[in-house]
Amino acid sequence: MPMNVLVCVKRVPATAGQITLTPDAQEIDTRYLGFTISPHEECAVEEAVRMIETHGGSSTVLTLGPEAAVDQLRDAMALGIERAILLETDGREWDPVATAAAIVEAIEAERAAGRSYDLVMFGNESADSAGYQVGVRVAGTLDLPCVTGIKAIEIDQGRAAVRRQTESGWETAEVALPAVLTVKEGLNLPRYPSLPGRLKAKKKEIERITPHWQDGGLEKIRLKLPVQAEHKVEILGKNGDVGAEMVEVFQRLRLL
Amino acid sequence: MILAFIEQVDGAPTLLSLEVLTMAARLARNMDVPLDAVAIGPNGAAARGILTSYRVGTLHLADDLRLAAYAPAAWAHTIAELADRINAKVVIGTASDRGGEVMAHLAARMTLPLAANCTEIVPGDAFIVTRQRWGGSLLEEAHLKGRVKLLTLAPHALTAEASPNRTEVATQTFAPVLDDKDFRVRLIPQVEADSGKISLAQARVVIGGGRGVGSAEGFATLEELADLLGGAVGCSRVVTSLGWRPHADQVGQTGTRIAPDLYIACGISGAIQHMVGCRAAKHILAINTDPTAPIVKQADYAVIGDVQKVLSAVNAEIRRAKSGHERMVTEAPAG
Repeated sequence: MPMNVLVCVKRVPATAGQITLTPDAQEIDTRYLGFTISPHEECAVEEAVRMIETHGGSSTVLTLGPEAAVDQLRDAMALGIERAILLETDGREWDPVATAAAIVEAIEAERAAGRSYDLVMFGNESADSAGYQVGVRVAGTLDLPCVTGIKAIEIDQGRAAVRRQTESGWETAEVALPAVLTVKEGLNLPRYPSLPGRLKAKKKEIERITPHWQDGGLEKIRLKLPVQAEHKVEILGKNGDVGAEMVEVFQRLRLL
Repeated sequence: MILAFIEQVDGAPTLLSLEVLTMAARLARNMDVPLDAVAIGPNGAAARGILTSYRVGTLHLADDLRLAAYAPAAWAHTIAELADRINAKVVIGTASDRGGEVMAHLAARMTLPLAANCTEIVPGDAFIVTRQRWGGSLLEEAHLKGRVKLLTLAPHALTAEASPNRTEVATQTFAPVLDDKDFRVRLIPQVEADSGKISLAQARVVIGGGRGVGSAEGFATLEELADLLGGAVGCSRVVTSLGWRPHADQVGQTGTRIAPDLYIACGISGAIQHMVGCRAAKHILAINTDPTAPIVKQADYAVIGDVQKVLSAVNAEIRRAKSGHERMVTEAPAG
Protein backbone atom coordinates (compact mmCIF):
# COMPACT_ATOMS: atom_id res chain seq x y z
CA MET A 1 0.00 0.00 0.00
CA PRO A 2 1.64 3.29 -1.06
CA MET A 3 2.27 5.74 1.76
CA ASN A 4 3.11 9.39 2.35
CA VAL A 5 5.94 9.86 4.81
CA LEU A 6 7.14 13.11 6.35
CA VAL A 7 10.53 13.36 8.07
CA CYS A 8 11.34 16.35 10.27
CA VAL A 9 15.01 17.27 10.75
CA LYS A 10 17.01 20.08 12.37
CA ARG A 11 20.14 21.86 11.17
CA VAL A 12 22.79 21.77 13.93
CA PRO A 13 26.51 22.59 14.04
CA ALA A 14 28.79 19.59 13.44
CA THR A 15 30.58 19.80 16.77
CA ALA A 16 33.31 17.30 17.55
CA GLY A 17 36.01 19.03 19.55
CA GLN A 18 35.58 21.43 22.45
CA ILE A 19 32.53 23.70 22.06
CA THR A 20 33.20 27.46 22.15
CA LEU A 21 30.53 30.12 22.57
CA THR A 22 29.94 33.49 20.94
CA PRO A 23 30.95 36.47 23.16
CA ASP A 24 27.30 37.13 24.13
CA ALA A 25 26.94 33.44 25.19
CA GLN A 26 23.79 33.10 23.07
CA GLU A 27 25.09 30.63 20.49
CA ILE A 28 27.82 28.12 19.76
CA ASP A 29 30.61 29.81 17.82
CA THR A 30 30.15 28.16 14.44
CA ARG A 31 32.74 30.14 12.47
CA TYR A 32 34.89 27.04 12.00
CA LEU A 33 32.16 24.42 12.02
CA GLY A 34 30.11 22.71 9.34
CA PHE A 35 26.45 21.84 9.81
CA THR A 36 24.57 18.57 9.88
CA ILE A 37 21.49 16.85 11.31
CA SER A 38 21.45 14.49 14.30
CA PRO A 39 22.34 10.79 13.88
CA HIS A 40 18.76 9.91 14.95
CA GLU A 41 17.39 12.05 12.11
CA GLU A 42 19.80 10.53 9.58
CA CYS A 43 18.20 7.18 10.42
CA ALA A 44 14.69 8.67 10.05
CA VAL A 45 15.61 9.92 6.57
CA GLU A 46 17.05 6.53 5.59
CA GLU A 47 13.98 4.71 6.94
CA ALA A 48 11.63 6.96 4.94
CA VAL A 49 13.58 6.29 1.74
CA ARG A 50 13.46 2.52 2.37
CA MET A 51 9.72 2.61 3.14
CA ILE A 52 8.95 4.29 -0.18
CA GLU A 53 11.27 1.85 -1.99
CA THR A 54 9.32 -1.04 -0.43
CA HIS A 55 5.74 0.23 -0.33
CA GLY A 56 5.66 2.99 -2.95
CA GLY A 57 4.27 6.45 -2.27
CA SER A 58 6.18 9.62 -1.57
CA SER A 59 8.54 11.09 1.00
CA THR A 60 8.95 14.67 2.17
CA VAL A 61 11.58 16.25 4.42
CA LEU A 62 10.77 19.32 6.50
CA THR A 63 12.85 21.61 8.64
CA LEU A 64 12.30 24.75 10.65
CA GLY A 65 15.35 26.96 10.41
CA PRO A 66 17.22 29.67 8.53
CA GLU A 67 17.69 29.83 4.76
CA ALA A 68 20.99 27.96 5.17
CA ALA A 69 19.04 24.87 6.35
CA VAL A 70 18.33 24.29 2.64
CA ASP A 71 21.67 22.41 2.72
CA GLN A 72 20.26 19.82 5.12
CA LEU A 73 17.08 19.47 3.03
CA ARG A 74 19.20 18.88 -0.09
CA ASP A 75 21.32 16.32 1.80
CA ALA A 76 18.11 14.39 2.56
CA MET A 77 16.95 14.66 -1.05
CA ALA A 78 20.36 13.39 -2.23
CA LEU A 79 19.58 10.20 -0.31
CA GLY A 80 16.24 9.74 -2.07
CA ILE A 81 13.66 11.95 -0.33
CA GLU A 82 11.46 13.49 -3.02
CA ARG A 83 10.17 16.80 -1.67
CA ALA A 84 11.42 19.38 0.80
CA ILE A 85 9.71 22.07 2.85
CA LEU A 86 11.55 24.86 4.64
CA LEU A 87 9.75 26.66 7.46
CA GLU A 88 11.99 29.66 7.15
CA THR A 89 13.02 31.58 10.28
CA ASP A 90 15.28 34.57 10.82
CA GLY A 91 17.79 32.28 12.55
CA ARG A 92 16.75 32.85 16.16
CA GLU A 93 15.95 29.82 18.25
CA TRP A 94 12.39 28.50 18.46
CA ASP A 95 11.47 26.59 21.61
CA PRO A 96 9.71 23.19 21.47
CA VAL A 97 6.18 24.61 21.78
CA ALA A 98 6.72 27.13 18.97
CA THR A 99 8.52 24.54 16.79
CA ALA A 100 5.76 21.95 17.21
CA ALA A 101 3.05 24.52 16.46
CA ALA A 102 4.81 25.58 13.24
CA ILE A 103 5.16 21.95 12.11
CA VAL A 104 1.49 21.25 12.89
CA GLU A 105 0.50 24.31 10.88
CA ALA A 106 2.54 23.06 7.91
CA ILE A 107 1.07 19.54 8.13
CA GLU A 108 -2.45 20.97 8.24
CA ALA A 109 -1.75 23.21 5.26
CA GLU A 110 -0.51 20.14 3.36
CA ARG A 111 -3.66 18.27 4.30
CA ALA A 112 -5.82 21.17 3.08
CA ALA A 113 -3.90 20.97 -0.20
CA GLY A 114 -4.79 17.28 -0.51
CA ARG A 115 -1.65 15.65 0.89
CA SER A 116 -2.09 13.83 4.15
CA TYR A 117 0.75 11.91 5.79
CA ASP A 118 0.48 8.30 6.93
CA LEU A 119 3.61 8.62 8.98
CA VAL A 120 5.49 11.56 10.50
CA MET A 121 8.99 10.79 11.77
CA PHE A 122 11.30 12.75 14.06
CA GLY A 123 14.59 12.05 15.79
CA ASN A 124 14.05 11.07 19.43
CA GLU A 125 15.65 14.38 20.42
CA SER A 126 17.54 17.06 18.55
CA ALA A 127 21.33 16.94 18.80
CA ASP A 128 21.63 20.47 20.17
CA SER A 129 18.76 21.70 22.37
CA ALA A 130 17.46 18.17 23.13
CA GLY A 131 13.97 19.04 24.38
CA TYR A 132 12.69 15.45 23.93
CA GLN A 133 9.17 16.64 23.08
CA VAL A 134 8.53 18.13 19.63
CA GLY A 135 7.28 14.84 18.08
CA VAL A 136 5.02 14.12 21.05
CA ARG A 137 3.54 17.62 20.89
CA VAL A 138 2.89 17.38 17.15
CA ALA A 139 1.13 14.03 17.71
CA GLY A 140 -0.88 15.51 20.57
CA THR A 141 -2.18 18.46 18.57
CA LEU A 142 -2.95 16.33 15.52
CA ASP A 143 -4.55 13.68 17.77
CA LEU A 144 -2.28 10.93 16.43
CA PRO A 145 -0.74 8.01 18.34
CA CYS A 146 2.95 8.47 19.09
CA VAL A 147 5.77 6.13 20.07
CA THR A 148 9.23 7.53 20.93
CA GLY A 149 12.73 6.05 20.87
CA ILE A 150 12.06 3.52 18.08
CA LYS A 151 14.82 1.19 16.83
CA ALA A 152 12.80 -1.04 14.46
CA ILE A 153 9.72 -0.42 12.31
CA GLU A 154 7.64 -2.88 10.26
CA ILE A 155 4.82 -1.45 8.17
CA ASP A 156 2.03 -3.83 7.24
CA GLN A 157 -1.59 -3.26 6.20
CA GLY A 158 -1.85 0.28 7.53
CA ARG A 159 -0.21 -0.56 10.85
CA ALA A 160 3.25 -0.02 12.25
CA ALA A 161 4.83 -2.63 14.51
CA VAL A 162 7.68 -0.95 16.39
CA ARG A 163 10.38 -1.97 18.82
CA ARG A 164 12.51 -0.01 21.22
CA GLN A 165 15.35 -0.90 23.54
CA THR A 166 15.12 -0.84 27.32
CA GLU A 167 17.64 -1.63 30.03
CA SER A 168 16.38 -5.19 30.26
CA GLY A 169 15.57 -5.97 26.64
CA TRP A 170 12.95 -4.63 24.28
CA GLU A 171 9.46 -3.13 24.29
CA THR A 172 7.11 -3.55 21.36
CA ALA A 173 4.00 -1.67 20.30
CA GLU A 174 1.63 -1.72 17.40
CA VAL A 175 -0.14 1.39 16.17
CA ALA A 176 -2.60 2.13 13.39
CA LEU A 177 -1.46 4.70 10.84
CA PRO A 178 -1.47 7.66 10.64
CA ALA A 179 1.02 7.95 13.48
CA VAL A 180 4.04 9.86 14.73
CA LEU A 181 7.23 7.92 15.47
CA THR A 182 10.42 9.35 16.97
CA VAL A 183 13.44 7.21 16.19
CA LYS A 184 16.92 6.54 17.48
CA GLU A 185 20.21 5.81 15.81
CA GLY A 186 20.56 2.05 15.29
CA LEU A 187 17.22 1.88 13.45
CA ASN A 188 19.23 1.23 10.28
CA LEU A 189 22.62 1.98 8.76
CA PRO A 190 22.12 5.08 6.58
CA ARG A 191 23.50 4.94 3.03
CA TYR A 192 25.93 7.44 1.59
CA PRO A 193 24.58 9.85 -1.04
CA SER A 194 25.48 9.02 -4.65
CA LEU A 195 26.88 11.66 -6.99
CA PRO A 196 23.82 11.51 -9.30
CA GLY A 197 21.67 11.80 -6.17
CA ARG A 198 23.52 14.94 -5.16
CA LEU A 199 23.22 16.49 -8.61
CA LYS A 200 19.52 15.72 -8.78
CA ALA A 201 18.91 17.19 -5.33
CA LYS A 202 20.72 20.37 -6.27
CA LYS A 203 18.17 21.12 -8.99
CA LYS A 204 15.07 20.38 -6.94
CA GLU A 205 12.75 23.08 -5.78
CA ILE A 206 12.37 23.77 -2.06
CA GLU A 207 8.89 24.74 -0.92
CA ARG A 208 8.97 27.60 1.56
CA ILE A 209 6.54 28.61 4.27
CA THR A 210 6.96 31.49 6.71
CA PRO A 211 5.80 30.08 10.06
CA HIS A 212 4.21 32.10 12.86
CA TRP A 213 6.49 32.63 15.82
CA GLN A 214 5.04 32.35 19.30
CA ASP A 215 6.34 32.58 22.83
CA GLY A 216 6.35 28.93 23.85
CA GLY A 217 7.33 29.60 27.46
CA LEU A 218 10.87 28.19 27.52
CA GLU A 219 13.21 31.08 26.86
CA LYS A 220 16.99 30.81 26.61
CA ILE A 221 18.84 33.29 28.82
CA ARG A 222 22.40 32.20 28.04
CA LEU A 223 24.55 29.21 27.29
CA LYS A 224 27.43 28.13 29.50
CA LEU A 225 30.09 25.47 29.39
CA PRO A 226 30.15 22.92 32.19
CA VAL A 227 32.98 23.40 34.67
CA GLN A 228 35.80 20.98 33.90
CA ALA A 229 37.64 19.61 36.90
CA GLU A 230 41.42 20.04 36.89
CA HIS A 231 42.78 16.92 35.28
CA LYS A 232 46.12 15.12 35.11
CA VAL A 233 46.99 12.27 32.82
CA GLU A 234 49.64 9.68 33.66
CA ILE A 235 51.50 8.56 30.54
CA LEU A 236 52.25 4.87 31.01
CA GLY A 237 54.56 4.66 28.06
CA LYS A 238 55.19 5.42 24.44
CA ASN A 239 55.18 2.65 21.83
CA GLY A 240 57.47 -0.20 22.96
CA ASP A 241 56.27 -2.69 25.51
CA VAL A 242 53.96 -1.22 28.15
CA GLY A 243 52.24 -4.51 29.02
CA ALA A 244 53.65 -4.63 32.55
CA GLU A 245 52.69 -1.01 33.30
CA MET A 246 49.14 -1.62 32.10
CA VAL A 247 48.80 -4.83 34.12
CA GLU A 248 49.90 -2.86 37.17
CA VAL A 249 47.09 -0.34 36.53
CA PHE A 250 44.57 -3.19 36.21
CA GLN A 251 45.82 -4.62 39.51
CA ARG A 252 45.69 -1.21 41.20
CA LEU A 253 42.04 -0.89 40.10
CA ARG A 254 41.40 -4.47 41.29
CA LEU A 255 40.42 -5.68 37.85
CA LEU A 256 42.93 -8.53 37.94
CA MET B 1 1.87 21.87 45.86
CA ILE B 2 4.72 20.09 44.09
CA LEU B 3 3.99 16.75 42.45
CA ALA B 4 6.83 14.28 41.85
CA PHE B 5 6.18 11.55 39.29
CA ILE B 6 8.14 8.55 40.48
CA GLU B 7 8.98 5.38 38.61
CA GLN B 8 9.28 2.17 40.55
CA VAL B 9 10.14 -1.45 39.92
CA ASP B 10 8.22 -3.88 42.14
CA GLY B 11 7.54 -1.10 44.63
CA ALA B 12 11.13 0.18 44.81
CA PRO B 13 11.57 3.70 43.41
CA THR B 14 14.36 3.86 40.80
CA LEU B 15 17.57 5.72 41.69
CA LEU B 16 16.62 8.52 39.28
CA SER B 17 13.25 8.83 41.05
CA LEU B 18 15.02 9.20 44.41
CA GLU B 19 17.08 12.00 42.84
CA VAL B 20 13.82 13.62 41.67
CA LEU B 21 12.39 13.33 45.20
CA THR B 22 15.54 14.92 46.64
CA MET B 23 15.26 17.88 44.23
CA ALA B 24 11.48 18.12 44.76
CA ALA B 25 11.90 18.17 48.56
CA ARG B 26 14.44 21.03 48.24
CA LEU B 27 12.08 22.96 45.98
CA ALA B 28 9.17 22.38 48.36
CA ARG B 29 11.26 23.79 51.23
CA ASN B 30 12.32 26.82 49.13
CA MET B 31 8.80 27.54 47.97
CA ASP B 32 7.28 26.63 51.33
CA VAL B 33 4.71 24.30 49.77
CA PRO B 34 3.87 20.63 50.38
CA LEU B 35 5.25 17.77 48.27
CA ASP B 36 3.15 14.89 46.96
CA ALA B 37 4.19 11.96 44.78
CA VAL B 38 2.41 9.83 42.22
CA ALA B 39 3.25 6.26 41.20
CA ILE B 40 1.53 4.41 38.38
CA GLY B 41 1.64 0.70 37.64
CA PRO B 42 1.67 -2.43 39.78
CA ASN B 43 2.98 -2.30 43.38
CA GLY B 44 3.05 1.49 43.59
CA ALA B 45 1.78 1.36 47.19
CA ALA B 46 4.94 -0.49 48.24
CA ALA B 47 6.96 2.66 47.47
CA ARG B 48 5.39 4.40 50.46
CA GLY B 49 8.00 3.18 52.97
CA ILE B 50 10.92 4.82 51.17
CA LEU B 51 8.99 8.06 50.63
CA THR B 52 8.88 8.66 54.42
CA SER B 53 12.49 9.85 54.11
CA TYR B 54 11.72 12.43 51.41
CA ARG B 55 9.18 14.81 53.01
CA VAL B 56 6.34 13.42 50.87
CA GLY B 57 2.88 14.21 52.28
CA THR B 58 0.68 11.96 50.16
CA LEU B 59 1.48 9.18 47.73
CA HIS B 60 -1.21 9.13 45.04
CA LEU B 61 -2.00 5.83 43.36
CA ALA B 62 -4.10 5.49 40.24
CA ASP B 63 -6.81 2.86 40.39
CA ASP B 64 -7.36 1.60 36.86
CA LEU B 65 -6.33 -1.91 35.86
CA ARG B 66 -5.56 -0.74 32.34
CA LEU B 67 -2.67 1.32 33.75
CA ALA B 68 -0.78 -1.82 34.77
CA ALA B 69 0.75 -1.96 31.29
CA TYR B 70 2.81 1.04 30.24
CA ALA B 71 0.74 3.35 28.03
CA PRO B 72 2.48 6.76 27.83
CA ALA B 73 -0.56 8.87 26.90
CA ALA B 74 -2.75 7.22 29.55
CA TRP B 75 -0.11 7.69 32.23
CA ALA B 76 0.21 11.37 31.26
CA HIS B 77 -3.58 11.81 31.29
CA THR B 78 -3.64 10.31 34.79
CA ILE B 79 -0.98 12.73 36.06
CA ALA B 80 -2.68 15.71 34.36
CA GLU B 81 -5.94 14.92 36.11
CA LEU B 82 -4.23 14.58 39.48
CA ALA B 83 -2.17 17.77 39.00
CA ASP B 84 -5.41 19.66 38.36
CA ARG B 85 -7.17 18.10 41.34
CA ILE B 86 -4.41 18.84 43.89
CA ASN B 87 -3.62 22.20 42.27
CA ALA B 88 0.03 21.33 41.60
CA LYS B 89 2.26 24.26 40.68
CA VAL B 90 5.18 22.05 39.72
CA VAL B 91 5.30 18.55 38.23
CA ILE B 92 8.75 17.00 38.10
CA GLY B 93 9.84 13.61 36.75
CA THR B 94 12.98 11.75 35.76
CA ALA B 95 14.67 12.16 32.39
CA SER B 96 14.72 8.38 31.87
CA ASP B 97 13.30 7.14 28.56
CA ARG B 98 9.98 6.50 30.26
CA GLY B 99 9.96 9.54 32.56
CA GLY B 100 10.85 11.87 29.70
CA GLU B 101 8.20 10.33 27.46
CA VAL B 102 5.40 10.65 30.03
CA MET B 103 6.38 14.23 30.86
CA ALA B 104 6.38 15.16 27.15
CA HIS B 105 2.87 13.73 26.79
CA LEU B 106 1.84 15.59 29.94
CA ALA B 107 3.19 18.88 28.53
CA ALA B 108 1.39 18.29 25.22
CA ARG B 109 -1.88 17.48 27.00
CA MET B 110 -1.68 20.46 29.38
CA THR B 111 -0.36 22.73 26.56
CA LEU B 112 2.45 23.91 28.82
CA PRO B 113 6.19 24.32 28.28
CA LEU B 114 8.50 21.57 29.56
CA ALA B 115 12.15 21.97 30.53
CA ALA B 116 13.93 18.64 29.98
CA ASN B 117 17.14 17.45 31.65
CA CYS B 118 17.43 20.18 34.26
CA THR B 119 20.43 20.28 36.57
CA GLU B 120 19.42 23.32 38.64
CA ILE B 121 16.03 24.86 39.38
CA VAL B 122 15.46 28.29 40.89
CA PRO B 123 11.79 28.96 41.67
CA GLY B 124 10.12 32.29 41.00
CA ASP B 125 7.26 33.64 38.93
CA ALA B 126 9.12 32.26 35.96
CA PHE B 127 11.58 29.55 37.07
CA ILE B 128 15.22 29.90 36.11
CA VAL B 129 16.45 26.46 35.13
CA THR B 130 19.81 25.17 34.01
CA ARG B 131 19.39 22.35 31.54
CA GLN B 132 21.62 20.07 29.51
CA ARG B 133 22.16 20.45 25.80
CA TRP B 134 24.34 18.25 23.60
CA GLY B 135 24.00 15.41 26.10
CA GLY B 136 25.52 17.60 28.82
CA SER B 137 28.48 18.99 26.82
CA LEU B 138 26.76 22.37 27.02
CA LEU B 139 24.39 23.95 29.56
CA GLU B 140 21.57 26.39 28.95
CA GLU B 141 20.10 28.80 31.45
CA ALA B 142 16.45 29.44 30.60
CA HIS B 143 13.26 30.97 31.86
CA LEU B 144 10.50 28.41 32.29
CA LYS B 145 7.02 29.92 32.29
CA GLY B 146 3.53 28.42 32.54
CA ARG B 147 0.83 28.18 35.20
CA VAL B 148 2.27 24.77 36.14
CA LYS B 149 6.02 24.29 35.80
CA LEU B 150 6.90 21.00 34.12
CA LEU B 151 10.43 19.66 34.42
CA THR B 152 12.54 16.55 34.10
CA LEU B 153 15.71 16.21 36.16
CA ALA B 154 18.93 15.18 34.41
CA PRO B 155 20.33 11.86 35.70
CA HIS B 156 22.83 12.31 38.55
CA ALA B 157 22.52 16.12 38.61
CA LEU B 158 22.55 15.64 42.38
CA THR B 159 22.95 12.81 44.88
CA ALA B 160 19.79 11.23 46.26
CA GLU B 161 19.61 12.08 49.96
CA ALA B 162 17.22 10.38 52.34
CA SER B 163 16.36 12.63 55.29
CA PRO B 164 17.14 11.12 58.71
CA ASN B 165 13.83 12.57 59.96
CA ARG B 166 11.10 10.33 58.72
CA THR B 167 7.62 11.72 58.18
CA GLU B 168 4.23 10.08 57.87
CA VAL B 169 3.15 9.44 54.25
CA ALA B 170 -0.56 9.07 53.49
CA THR B 171 -1.69 7.08 50.48
CA GLN B 172 -4.63 8.09 48.38
CA THR B 173 -6.12 6.13 45.53
CA PHE B 174 -7.90 7.94 42.74
CA ALA B 175 -9.73 6.77 39.62
CA PRO B 176 -8.82 8.87 36.61
CA VAL B 177 -11.37 9.14 33.80
CA LEU B 178 -9.42 7.82 30.83
CA ASP B 179 -10.36 7.57 27.15
CA ASP B 180 -9.85 4.47 25.02
CA LYS B 181 -7.77 6.80 22.86
CA ASP B 182 -5.22 7.07 25.67
CA PHE B 183 -4.46 3.38 25.15
CA ARG B 184 -3.71 3.52 21.43
CA VAL B 185 -0.06 2.97 22.35
CA ARG B 186 0.74 0.20 24.84
CA LEU B 187 4.28 -1.04 25.25
CA ILE B 188 4.73 -4.75 25.77
CA PRO B 189 8.02 -5.69 27.45
CA GLN B 190 10.15 -8.44 25.94
CA VAL B 191 12.80 -9.55 28.38
CA GLU B 192 15.75 -10.85 26.44
CA ALA B 193 17.09 -14.29 27.21
CA ASP B 194 20.33 -13.94 29.15
CA SER B 195 23.01 -14.28 26.47
CA GLY B 196 25.70 -14.74 29.12
CA LYS B 197 27.45 -11.67 27.73
CA ILE B 198 28.26 -8.80 30.07
CA SER B 199 26.22 -5.77 28.99
CA LEU B 200 27.98 -2.53 28.10
CA ALA B 201 25.93 -0.50 30.56
CA GLN B 202 26.71 -2.87 33.46
CA ALA B 203 30.32 -3.86 32.71
CA ARG B 204 33.09 -3.03 35.22
CA VAL B 205 35.57 -2.74 32.34
CA VAL B 206 34.76 -1.56 28.84
CA ILE B 207 37.24 -1.84 25.98
CA GLY B 208 36.18 0.68 23.34
CA GLY B 209 37.55 0.74 19.81
CA GLY B 210 37.67 3.56 17.28
CA ARG B 211 39.00 4.05 13.78
CA GLY B 212 42.50 3.42 15.13
CA VAL B 213 41.65 -0.28 15.61
CA GLY B 214 42.10 -0.49 11.83
CA SER B 215 39.41 -2.96 10.74
CA ALA B 216 36.49 -5.09 11.90
CA GLU B 217 38.96 -7.99 12.31
CA GLY B 218 41.16 -5.74 14.44
CA PHE B 219 38.57 -5.96 17.23
CA ALA B 220 39.76 -9.54 17.97
CA THR B 221 42.49 -8.15 20.24
CA LEU B 222 39.89 -6.01 22.07
CA GLU B 223 37.63 -9.05 22.48
CA GLU B 224 40.57 -10.98 23.88
CA LEU B 225 41.35 -8.26 26.44
CA ALA B 226 37.65 -8.10 27.36
CA ASP B 227 37.66 -11.87 27.98
CA LEU B 228 40.82 -11.65 30.10
CA LEU B 229 39.41 -8.80 32.25
CA GLY B 230 35.78 -9.95 32.29
CA GLY B 231 34.62 -6.83 30.44
CA ALA B 232 32.59 -5.81 27.41
CA VAL B 233 33.63 -4.38 24.04
CA GLY B 234 32.25 -1.03 22.87
CA CYS B 235 33.04 1.27 19.96
CA SER B 236 32.85 4.81 18.62
CA ARG B 237 30.29 6.10 16.14
CA VAL B 238 32.81 6.02 13.28
CA VAL B 239 33.18 2.28 13.77
CA THR B 240 29.39 1.75 13.64
CA SER B 241 29.10 3.89 10.51
CA LEU B 242 31.89 1.88 8.86
CA GLY B 243 29.89 -1.26 9.63
CA TRP B 244 32.70 -2.80 11.72
CA ARG B 245 30.48 -3.26 14.79
CA PRO B 246 26.70 -3.23 15.43
CA HIS B 247 25.09 -0.05 16.79
CA ALA B 248 24.35 -1.88 20.05
CA ASP B 249 28.10 -1.61 20.82
CA GLN B 250 28.23 2.17 20.31
CA VAL B 251 29.21 4.32 23.28
CA GLY B 252 28.08 7.94 23.15
CA GLN B 253 25.35 10.56 22.97
CA THR B 254 23.28 8.50 20.52
CA GLY B 255 24.47 5.12 21.79
CA THR B 256 24.95 3.56 25.22
CA ARG B 257 26.05 5.53 28.28
CA ILE B 258 28.55 3.47 30.23
CA ALA B 259 29.75 3.74 33.83
CA PRO B 260 32.57 1.21 34.30
CA ASP B 261 35.44 1.34 36.81
CA LEU B 262 37.79 1.49 33.82
CA TYR B 263 37.19 2.51 30.22
CA ILE B 264 40.01 1.54 27.88
CA ALA B 265 39.61 3.72 24.77
CA CYS B 266 41.59 2.26 21.88
CA GLY B 267 42.23 4.41 18.82
CA ILE B 268 39.37 6.77 19.71
CA SER B 269 39.99 10.49 19.27
CA GLY B 270 37.37 11.57 21.83
CA ALA B 271 34.71 13.68 20.09
CA ILE B 272 32.39 15.37 22.61
CA GLN B 273 29.55 13.08 21.54
CA HIS B 274 31.68 10.09 22.52
CA MET B 275 32.83 11.61 25.82
CA VAL B 276 29.18 12.15 26.83
CA GLY B 277 28.79 8.36 26.70
CA CYS B 278 31.80 7.57 28.92
CA ARG B 279 31.69 10.55 31.27
CA ALA B 280 30.50 8.32 34.11
CA ALA B 281 33.55 6.01 33.86
CA LYS B 282 35.61 6.17 37.08
CA HIS B 283 38.89 5.91 35.15
CA ILE B 284 39.84 6.24 31.50
CA LEU B 285 42.91 4.66 29.89
CA ALA B 286 43.52 5.94 26.36
CA ILE B 287 45.64 4.14 23.78
CA ASN B 288 46.36 6.42 20.87
CA THR B 289 49.13 7.14 18.39
CA ASP B 290 48.39 10.88 18.73
CA PRO B 291 49.46 12.38 22.07
CA THR B 292 47.37 15.50 21.29
CA ALA B 293 44.07 13.59 20.78
CA PRO B 294 41.30 15.06 22.97
CA ILE B 295 40.79 11.70 24.69
CA VAL B 296 44.40 11.64 25.91
CA LYS B 297 43.88 14.99 27.68
CA GLN B 298 40.75 13.69 29.39
CA ALA B 299 42.15 10.30 30.36
CA ASP B 300 43.67 9.26 33.68
CA TYR B 301 46.21 6.98 31.98
CA ALA B 302 47.49 7.04 28.44
CA VAL B 303 49.67 4.89 26.25
CA ILE B 304 51.01 6.55 23.13
CA GLY B 305 51.21 3.90 20.46
CA ASP B 306 49.53 1.62 17.97
CA VAL B 307 46.44 -0.15 19.34
CA GLN B 308 47.29 -3.59 17.96
CA LYS B 309 50.88 -3.55 19.20
CA VAL B 310 49.93 -2.28 22.65
CA LEU B 311 47.03 -4.70 23.10
CA SER B 312 49.00 -7.72 21.90
CA ALA B 313 51.65 -6.90 24.49
CA VAL B 314 49.19 -6.39 27.34
CA ASN B 315 47.16 -9.50 26.48
CA ALA B 316 50.36 -11.57 26.54
CA GLU B 317 51.38 -9.97 29.83
CA ILE B 318 48.01 -10.76 31.45
CA ARG B 319 48.13 -14.37 30.25
CA ARG B 320 51.65 -14.64 31.64
CA ALA B 321 50.57 -13.15 34.97
CA LYS B 322 47.56 -15.47 35.12
CA SER B 323 49.47 -18.63 34.27
CA GLY B 324 52.16 -17.65 36.78
CA HIS B 325 49.45 -17.26 39.41
CA GLU B 326 47.96 -20.65 38.55
CA ARG B 327 51.37 -22.28 38.68
CA MET B 328 51.91 -20.83 42.12
CA VAL B 329 48.55 -22.15 43.25
CA THR B 330 49.12 -25.64 41.86
CA GLU B 331 52.69 -25.75 43.16
CA ALA B 332 51.77 -24.59 46.62
CA PRO B 333 52.50 -27.36 49.13
CA ALA B 334 49.45 -29.18 50.42
CA GLY B 335 48.33 -28.64 53.99
